[in-house]
Amino acid sequence: MNSLKELFKNKDKNLCSVFFTAGFPQLNDTVSIIKSLEVNGIDFIEVGLPYSDPLADGPTIQHSSEVALNNGINLDIIFDQLIAVKDEVKTPLVLMGYLNQVLKYGEERFCEQCVACGIETVILPDLPMLEYENHYKKLFAKYGISNVFLITPQTSEERIRKIDALTETFIYVVASASITGAKGEISQDQITYFERIKAMNLKSALIVGFGISNKTTFDTVCKYVNGAIIGSAFIKFLESNGVEKIDEFTDGILK
Amino acid sequence: MKSKFQVDKNGYYGQFGGAFIPELLYPNVKELEDNYLKIMESEEFQKEFKYLLKDYVGRPTPLYLAKRLSEKYGAHIYLKREDLNHTGAHKVNNTIGQILIAKHLGKKRIIAETGAGQHGVATATVCALMNLECVVFMGEVDIKRQAPNVARMKMLGAKVVPAISGSKTLKDATNEAIRDWIGNPEDTYYLIGSVVGPHPYPDMVARLQSVISKEIRAQLLEQTGQEKPDSVIACVGGGSNAAGAFYHFLDDEDVELIAVEAAGLGVYSGESAATSVLGEVGVLHGSKTILMQDEYGQVIEPYSLSAGLDYPGIGPLHAFLNESKRAVFMNATDQEALDAAYELTRIEGIIPALESAHALAVLPKLDFKKNQVVVVNLSGRGDKDLETYIKNLK
Ligand SMILES: Cc1ncc(COP(=O)(O)O)c(C=O)c1O
Repeated sequence: MNSLKELFKNKDKNLCSVFFTAGFPQLNDTVSIIKSLEVNGIDFIEVGLPYSDPLADGPTIQHSSEVALNNGINLDIIFDQLIAVKDEVKTPLVLMGYLNQVLKYGEERFCEQCVACGIETVILPDLPMLEYENHYKKLFAKYGISNVFLITPQTSEERIRKIDALTETFIYVVASASITGAKGEISQDQITYFERIKAMNLKSALIVGFGISNKTTFDTVCKYVNGAIIGSAFIKFLESNGVEKIDEFTDGILK
Repeated sequence: MKSKFQVDKNGYYGQFGGAFIPELLYPNVKELEDNYLKIMESEEFQKEFKYLLKDYVGRPTPLYLAKRLSEKYGAHIYLKREDLNHTGAHKVNNTIGQILIAKHLGKKRIIAETGAGQHGVATATVCALMNLECVVFMGEVDIKRQAPNVARMKMLGAKVVPAISGSKTLKDATNEAIRDWIGNPEDTYYLIGSVVGPHPYPDMVARLQSVISKEIRAQLLEQTGQEKPDSVIACVGGGSNAAGAFYHFLDDEDVELIAVEAAGLGVYSGESAATSVLGEVGVLHGSKTILMQDEYGQVIEPYSLSAGLDYPGIGPLHAFLNESKRAVFMNATDQEALDAAYELTRIEGIIPALESAHALAVLPKLDFKKNQVVVVNLSGRGDKDLETYIKNLK
């Protein structure tokens, strides 16, 4: 069974996920970041594949991607890094990148490498549902890879139901109509939106991301959904504090 | 039978096109997809579009038989004078059309990307005309090299936002416009400047620019008794002026279509924008096309002296025309384009845009048969490039 699915069976509240950009701040930080997040109680980890043109990302992740690419990161190095921790790390890992990276690498080859690294879940924000259904669904199924879809406050109920039917693990609930980036408080409008999604009684887990930045925002959204993903805030922390102090960041959220 | 050069129901030309957009943009793009044809085919739109193209833009633009140029190259060379449009380029055909569509959709705020600033100026112009808020994203590098157009946009009331991400040029300005649209999904309309982006943009922009080839047919018939030329030549950045100049000839396979890309310092110099030679299949700005990328799919920054051709991809229609060999893809270097611009200026008294000069620059490379009828789409005028021309004049 997909390890995320198994996780969600055992835990359906306050799931905490962290996103980081592979190859940032240093080329070879990937392994220590993953290990440290695991030790410090993070439930699942999103490994960002740095891209030159990350359309859905705000300045923080754009910047980390640029630094990582300048550090010389690429998909082959990332897969090598992930294979190295495969046996040690039990925390489910999710890859998040852009479709062109997969296309250029070779769709089958990408999937084979995911399998080799124990990756069972991917998020490709610019892979639309139509293309997924027409082509990727079959391909991913062949390799046991589950695809995560995003929804936003503008996504229609009909479409959310369709996404739910296509989802094996979780739906990525984008917190507001916005690109990634740490924002302030959670507004009443957002809460109404989370409540609306929750009331749909979907089979998939609901994980909120984009703009979750601290304990307050994390705790607030966890009242309404199964968990949340923290990205930009963690990247900013890494940039100022380095990899050694990750426990300070995770403690700040979880304790 | 439907032409194979028209998009299919999913927005594809062969394997190219589609709408590879984050879910965040789905409602925006879907709204446009569901409505653009209805709006464009309505009587109200048609009436207003034609009226504005005629009395505001100054269409039809002349089709001018360039006698001295013809003599020099041994063919009948006609220039389609898009340079005589209001705001100085073909770009305004598209912005007039899209602003009417945006109004029909009830949008209040217009965003656009621009490279050379021509599309930004054309967008700022129609926003002034329609009293709509206008925000133009422009790479920080381009803001510096196209200062007069930045000033024009500001004078027209637009806000010019520097794109400071990535390489700080056209592709990054496009990224920033898309990010802005993600954050403003309800009141904002993204007015794309070329036949690029997710479906339905490439088809919509091609239709709006198709007025160019519609006029060419009518004007050629009037002037020569034949409505089809032997060849049509146009430069390709994203490909909107070429799409417009080719459009009504796509199914006439006896009309040779020549697309000219910018080769910068030389196709293989590492400083080039010749996508059809250097590019490979991939996804850029929401559509599957060919683009310049490294072995890991990272987009490579192109180079051309001309900011309007400095784009790492081409529209999906052009990717299809290239793959199916319906169009011949050629290229011209910075220097060849400069030489062509100086030549046209001296023998015809027309200063072309540096982009358009790339189309002229292939004339010396072609073998014309006797009495061959050639139409070159002169997509814009050279006012914006004077500084470059003066600097490079020897
Ligand atoms: C005069 C002129 N021609 C051509 C272009 C290239 O665009 P496209 O390939 O969409 O026609 C531009 C773009 O700025 C332009 O200003």
